[in-house]
Amino acid sequence: MVYFLIIISAIFVNNIVFSQFLGICPFLGVSKKIDTAAGMGAAVTFVLTLATVVTYLLQKYVLAAFGLEFLQTILFILVIAALVQMIEIVLKKISPSLYQALGVFLPLITTNCCILGVAILVADGTWASKVPGAEANLLQGTVFAFATALGFALALILFAGIREQLSMNKVPKAMEGTPIALLTAGLLAMAFMGFSGVV
Amino acid sequence: MALSLTIVTLAAAALLGGLYVLTEEPIAKQKAEKQQKAITSVLPQLEGLEVADAEEADGMTIYKAYVDNQLVGAAVQTQENGFGGVFRLMVGFDKDGNVVNYEVLEHQETPGLGDHMTTWFKTDKNQQSVIGRSPATSNFTVSKDGGEVDAITAATISSRAFLKAVQAAYDTYSKPAVDAASSATTISENAELQEIYPDNVEPQTEEKDE
Amino acid sequence: MNKPLNTFTNGLLRENPTFGLVLGMCPTLATTTSAINGMSMGLATLFVLVCSNVVISLIRNLIPDKVHIPAYIVVIASFVTMVQLLMQAYVPAIYETLGLFIPLIVVNCIVLGRAEAFAAKNGVGLSALDGLGMGLGFTLSLTVLGAIRELLGSGMCFGLKVFPEYYGMLIFVLAPGAFIALAYLMAAVNRLRKQ
Repeated sequence: MVYFLIIISAIFVNNIVFSQFLGICPFLGVSKKIDTAAGMGAAVTFVLTLATVVTYLLQKYVLAAFGLEFLQTILFILVIAALVQMIEIVLKKISPSLYQALGVFLPLITTNCCILGVAILVADGTWASKVPGAEANLLQGTVFAFATALGFALALILFAGIREQLSMNKVPKAMEGTPIALLTAGLLAMAFMGFSGVV
Repeated sequence: MALSLTIVTLAAAALLGGLYVLTEEPIAKQKAEKQQKAITSVLPQLEGLEVADAEEADGMTIYKAYVDNQLVGAAVQTQENGFGGVFRLMVGFDKDGNVVNYEVLEHQETPGLGDHMTTWFKTDKNQQSVIGRSPATSNFTVSKDGGEVDAITAATISSRAFLKAVQAAYDTYSKPAVDAASSATTISENAELQEIYPDNVEPQTEEKDE
Repeated sequence: MNKPLNTFTNGLLRENPTFGLVLGMCPTLATTTSAINGMSMGLATLFVLVCSNVVISLIRNLIPDKVHIPAYIVVIASFVTMVQLLMQAYVPAIYETLGLFIPLIVVNCIVLGRAEAFAAKNGVGLSALDGLGMGLGFTLSLTVLGAIRELLGSGMCFGLKVFPEYYGMLIFVLAPGAFIALAYLMAAVNRLRKQ
């Protein structure tokens, strides 16, 4: 039951893009077409889940064990950067077709703040206060990270669908580009507000 | 190549280690001060007030306050699920079980709606303030549910959660078993009397809260 | 216009991180619930930007090309950690409000972007000026957006009541308001630029 709550909370109630404001750069940048949006969403889901597990273990067995919590930021960003590189190399060897699909998005992911953000949330355990009954352990944290990434993919794909339609319409000159995208995102965020209080 | 990266990393780690040692003390001091301030701000403002060490009960933390070794009240730290997530609350009672003050330590309530709980229940307007009232003598639920406290406008769920937390804190505080230090207390086996504050030995006539 | 002045005003106006380059959107949207919050976030980023620009400019010739990105990330992350420690020690209330977004300065595209595009190619003085200009530009945008959202959302400005009997359009303090306020502000800036 608690896993169900975590998933609903992470995807809808506390959607990472619309209510946490993480990962806005790729959200605005890679959302012009549904195909690329889906690719980016899949790549983020993959890396985010993996990165969360690795950083959680590092936090628990290295940083916390030696009292080095203040090195969290520096260690996590390096680990995430290294991890993305490794995934790229491994993927190229093992599954060229998957690499073809996700490869172009991987280098962009290191500076996607939702990866580092979620890694810190899970490592510190602060995410658990949003879901009643959740405990900040590895399994629930990983489920949370995975669901968060799905929420990111959902936001990205929804938004791309709207933008594909929007690109055919005439928009006032000053509103072209980012402003109209932000406005659309604002309306979507308002729709997602309807989920608040569900969990 | 690897060497230069190692040097950069080592230099950064050394620098940060140094800064950490320097800031460790002020950070710890700030945290302790904040906790101390929250405790004293919810307790009765009395001369010679001494706060005892923390006690754990029912998942809450209780800080009892004494003047001349006489119990005068306690600050209870508790938590509850609100609208947006868990919030943490420090609520202070005097020796009669009346709410002295409260402090919302951490919350995730909606800005502009639920987050009014930080001041709403302290504001003396209609029936919205809980200050000076006791869960033993008045019904600490929102008026919509038949209680005697006005809910925050458009934030009934947050208000319910808040009052539930205060009630729970009161229940824990007023349990006689926890109160070993108080003198001249007749600990009654009667369940109804256990609900009221132990120092208050006169029979309680009010109805119990639901 | 001479070069140092040009470098400084570049970030402040022409290539303003928020309105010109459209970088660092996450903190821009998330931390601007009030003018003070926006300004604090801007100043924290300013500090990291200036320091990392200076250090990277100093060590730019010592770092081999192949490892320059990891090295820059280490430098930036160190300064971010410094900001974290200092804020926790001396302004814990602001640190708590900004929360997650302080460590996330590391992945703010502006910081690594300026390191790559400017500090890696220019001297210390110019790099510091560039960091200062960009940082101030970012702070300015965040403060303005924060002030607008605070004014519309709660009728206050820098925590002072402007309209006493105004209860505010709550939506501007909540998440959707961030997107909408920034959209219109950006459109207004675009319009002014065209003229």
